Amino acid sequence: MPEAIKDLPKHERMKLPRQPMPTQEAKARARNFDEVALGYPQETALMEAMRCLQCKRPKCVEGCPVGVNIPEFIQHLKEGDMPAAVRSLKGDNNLPAICGRVCPQETQCEALCVVGKKGQPVAIGRLERYVADWDLAHASPPPEVPAPTGKKVAVIGCGPAGLTCAGDLARYGHKVTIFESLHAPGGVLIYGIPEFRLPKGTVHAEVDYVRSLGVEVRLDTVIGKTYTLDELLNEQGYDVVFLGTGAGLPMFMHIPGENYNGVYSANEFLTRVNLMKAYLFPEWDTPVKVGTKVAVVGAGNVAMDASRCALRLGAERVHIVYRRSREEVPARAEEVHHAEEEGIRFDFLTNPVEIYGDEKGWVRGMRCIRMKLGEPDASGRRRPLPIEGSEFDMDVDMVVMALGTRPNPMVFTEAGGLERTKWGTVVADAETGKTTKDRVWAGGDIVTGAATVISAMGAGKNAAADIDRFLRGEAVAAVEDRAAAAAG
Amino acid sequence: MYEILVKEDLAPVTKLFEVRAPVVAKKAKAGQFVIVRVDEAGERIPLTIADYDRDRGSVTLVVQEVGKTTMQMGAMEAGDHLATVTGPLGIPSEIENHGTVLCVGGGVGIAPIYPIARDLKAAGNTVLSIIGARNKDLLFWEDKMRSVSDELIVCTDDGSYGRKALVTIPLKETLESERPVGHIWAIGPAIMMKFCALTTQPFGVPTIVSLNSIMVDGTGMCGACRVEVGGQTRFVCVDGPEFDGHQVDWDQLLARQRIYPEQEKLAVEQWEHECQCGNGS
Ligand SMILES: Cc1cc2nc3c(=O)[nH]c(=O)nc-3n(C[C@H](O)[C@H](O)[C@H](O)COP(=O)(O)OP(=O)(O)OC[C@H]3O[C@@H](n4cnc5c(N)ncnc54)[C@H](O)[C@@H]3O)c2cc1C
Ligand SMILES: Cc1cc2nc3c(=O)[nH]c(=O)nc-3n(C[C@H](O)[C@H](O)[C@H](O)COP(=O)(O)OP(=O)(O)OC[C@H]3O[C@@H](n4cnc5c(N)ncnc54)[C@H](O)[C@@H]3O)c2cc1C
Ligand code: SF4
Ligand code: SF4
Ligand code: FES
Repeated sequence: MPEAIKDLPKHERMKLPRQPMPTQEAKARARNFDEVALGYPQETALMEAMRCLQCKRPKCVEGCPVGVNIPEFIQHLKEGDMPAAVRSLKGDNNLPAICGRVCPQETQCEALCVVGKKGQPVAIGRLERYVADWDLAHASPPPEVPAPTGKKVAVIGCGPAGLTCAGDLARYGHKVTIFESLHAPGGVLIYGIPEFRLPKGTVHAEVDYVRSLGVEVRLDTVIGKTYTLDELLNEQGYDVVFLGTGAGLPMFMHIPGENYNGVYSANEFLTRVNLMKAYLFPEWDTPVKVGTKVAVVGAGNVAMDASRCALRLGAERVHIVYRRSREEVPARAEEVHHAEEEGIRFDFLTNPVEIYGDEKGWVRGMRCIRMKLGEPDASGRRRPLPIEGSEFDMDVDMVVMALGTRPNPMVFTEAGGLERTKWGTVVADAETGKTTKDRVWAGGDIVTGAATVISAMGAGKNAAADIDRFLRGEAVAAVEDRAAAAAG
Repeated sequence: MYEILVKEDLAPVTKLFEVRAPVVAKKAKAGQFVIVRVDEAGERIPLTIADYDRDRGSVTLVVQEVGKTTMQMGAMEAGDHLATVTGPLGIPSEIENHGTVLCVGGGVGIAPIYPIARDLKAAGNTVLSIIGARNKDLLFWEDKMRSVSDELIVCTDDGSYGRKALVTIPLKETLESERPVGHIWAIGPAIMMKFCALTTQPFGVPTIVSLNSIMVDGTGMCGACRVEVGGQTRFVCVDGPEFDGHQVDWDQLLARQRIYPEQEKLAVEQWEHECQCGNGS
């Protein structure tokens, strides 16, 4: 470790620039599915760790939905005690290699870092990734779990919310089974977010970690079809159910021509490419068809991922078509930056009104209208309004609809007493995740609508703590009952 | 992993598999399907639950080899394992007593029509059935269909067995005979279902079809299976697979089944090449 840096006084340390993340060169990466961001080398990680001021009352931690003890793990890292850094990090976060890569740090932990007040904040996410990757490369033994409490919990959905809740419950000593409808665990991490942003090997490794805590994962099991929620509670002997089925239902615009061949929902396109590995066709069986001129409608993370997948699969020209302006783009800053570097075009203040097809039913163009921003709407963002007479045609042969998603109602079959909002999300206590149904908690996108990995994990964690309180209370009550019965 | 318990060749390209999947068997109802993946690199394909045995914990699938995945499955034997069998998916057939019903099965559609006919019979209907295929080699389950039907008409396109006719001909004749048919089910290739629906429309008899659009997840999360029914976009995997045949936009369904012809051809070529190499060594 470079001595000169080790002993830098505070005011010197504050002058160190934020260390850039090495990446694959834009031209090359736009044609492959290898990871874009390569991770810090050791020296860079240590240099960046130096920039942390080890605040006594660290603001950054308040910005993290799972409360990672940021200065602590950075301190261990700086001292070269990697096992201690890992222990600290994983004590708060079951999935750090994932969060380090995909958290929108600029609006969370890093947004509140004091170093960021004057200059660039400490690259907390990149350091987190560094520590987590070190851990994955050095297979540390799983932490010990306490003696079984005898309580059984069913977790529905194996995305970040479910995995976090399951991991924590296992660590509290409860027996946990995760039920997942797809053939692979990970939720959006496995079917949505592409390999070049989050390698699937990393997701599998972190899922295996949760398994190593004693959690059983039952794949190919669709709750609402294979079993119902009420069956799990009443016939299969689960004391509690946690619902973490996300918001997986795609939305369409309901404009003419949306069912032409070549119009995909982002969910379908990304599932084919990522979960089913269509980018490896024909070695893998599932095909995907990519046009030469592609429009992706929307500007969230999903749209960025879809557009960059299309580019990597050979599209010549890829447009992001977004009805608001650059300021309102909801995607992670880094993804927008990477997309632009790779040559994705952005058409702001533009909205599709109709899709044209040819005689064989294939997309051959899209009519759009220009938009302007009016008064702020309920979400606080300025409402986009069409500019009359500004219609124009875009020459495209593929359209991907990345308009957002809603919870899939399948899981609510035979789940009486579970209150939902008019958007189809589950009503749950903001602190604990408790729903209106007895013995049922929920968290993640199924409660909030499409949000972030880390907020889903935070919800899973809070619910696990509350479920544990409930189950322990039950256990205590049972012992008391028995004692009372014996006495009486 | 899901073990193949029994394999039977029903016809040169039509194979029956009884697969161990106890939790699916427990819930399965007529009209539902499963999503199958043959191996780790495999595609997710929908196959109708042609029968189930809750005691043995098994479901029966009848597969017609039309492309890479179905051919690969066709080469599997009892004792082999499928990577995924998920279900039961889709909404079960609505079984009621309509008096007299007509069940039409075309080609591999004979398999899914069988449990429906059986349940309709059990519900007290008089079941008139018509089964057909391109030729004798493609026909199967004549006995099974006869056992659940009050009357059975068998036809082939080329006359190599039974009556030489498309299924729409006896279908029309039966309706013209003014027998009081209350409900019709027609299952088979999309084009056959389209013409069955067109045939029954003038008679105003409700006609249920089971749509076979391309699917991925089978749980409503991708929209690959969408098709317009009655002017509204519906997801076949969760809103169906059964719909009112008179409302389906058949041309859209037929177009959406042809999204990947080049890839399908390539996959089959590659598969045949691999098979030959495998056999040769
Ligand atoms: C393409 C894409 C890119 C994204 N990029 C980012 C990013 O960079 N950073 C970020 O923070 N967030 C990102 N997000 C958002 C983030 O992934 C989600 O907010 C997060 O995954 C929600 O977690 P969850 O556990 O609530 O649900 P999910 O991850 O959706 O997991 C739910 C799981 O439940 C399963 N399931 C559903 N119904 C059933 C059922 N009936 N029975 C059994 N199982 C069921 C699903 O198959 C799925 O595996 C992205 C989302 C997408 C789609
Ligand atoms: C609800 C439902 C139930 C079905 N039940 C049966 C059944 O019981 N027996 C049977 O033999 N077939 C059934 N099918 C059709 C079967 O799924 C397809 O034949 C199979 O997917 C073809 O895959 P392949 O790789 O062998 O052929 P491919 O060469 O990939 O395709 C051949 C044709 O099959 C269709 N197809 C391709 N991929 C899919 C897919 N993922 N999902 C649906 N269709 C696809 C396409 O229209 C294509 O033109 C059913 C389809 C649906 C939607
Ligand atoms: S989990 Fe996400 S928000 Fe929390 S510290 Fe890590 S990168 Fe920041
Ligand atoms: S706020 Fe910034 S400087 Fe302070 S402890 Fe957190 S990361 Fe370090
Ligand atoms: S197959 Fe994905 S929604 Fe129907």
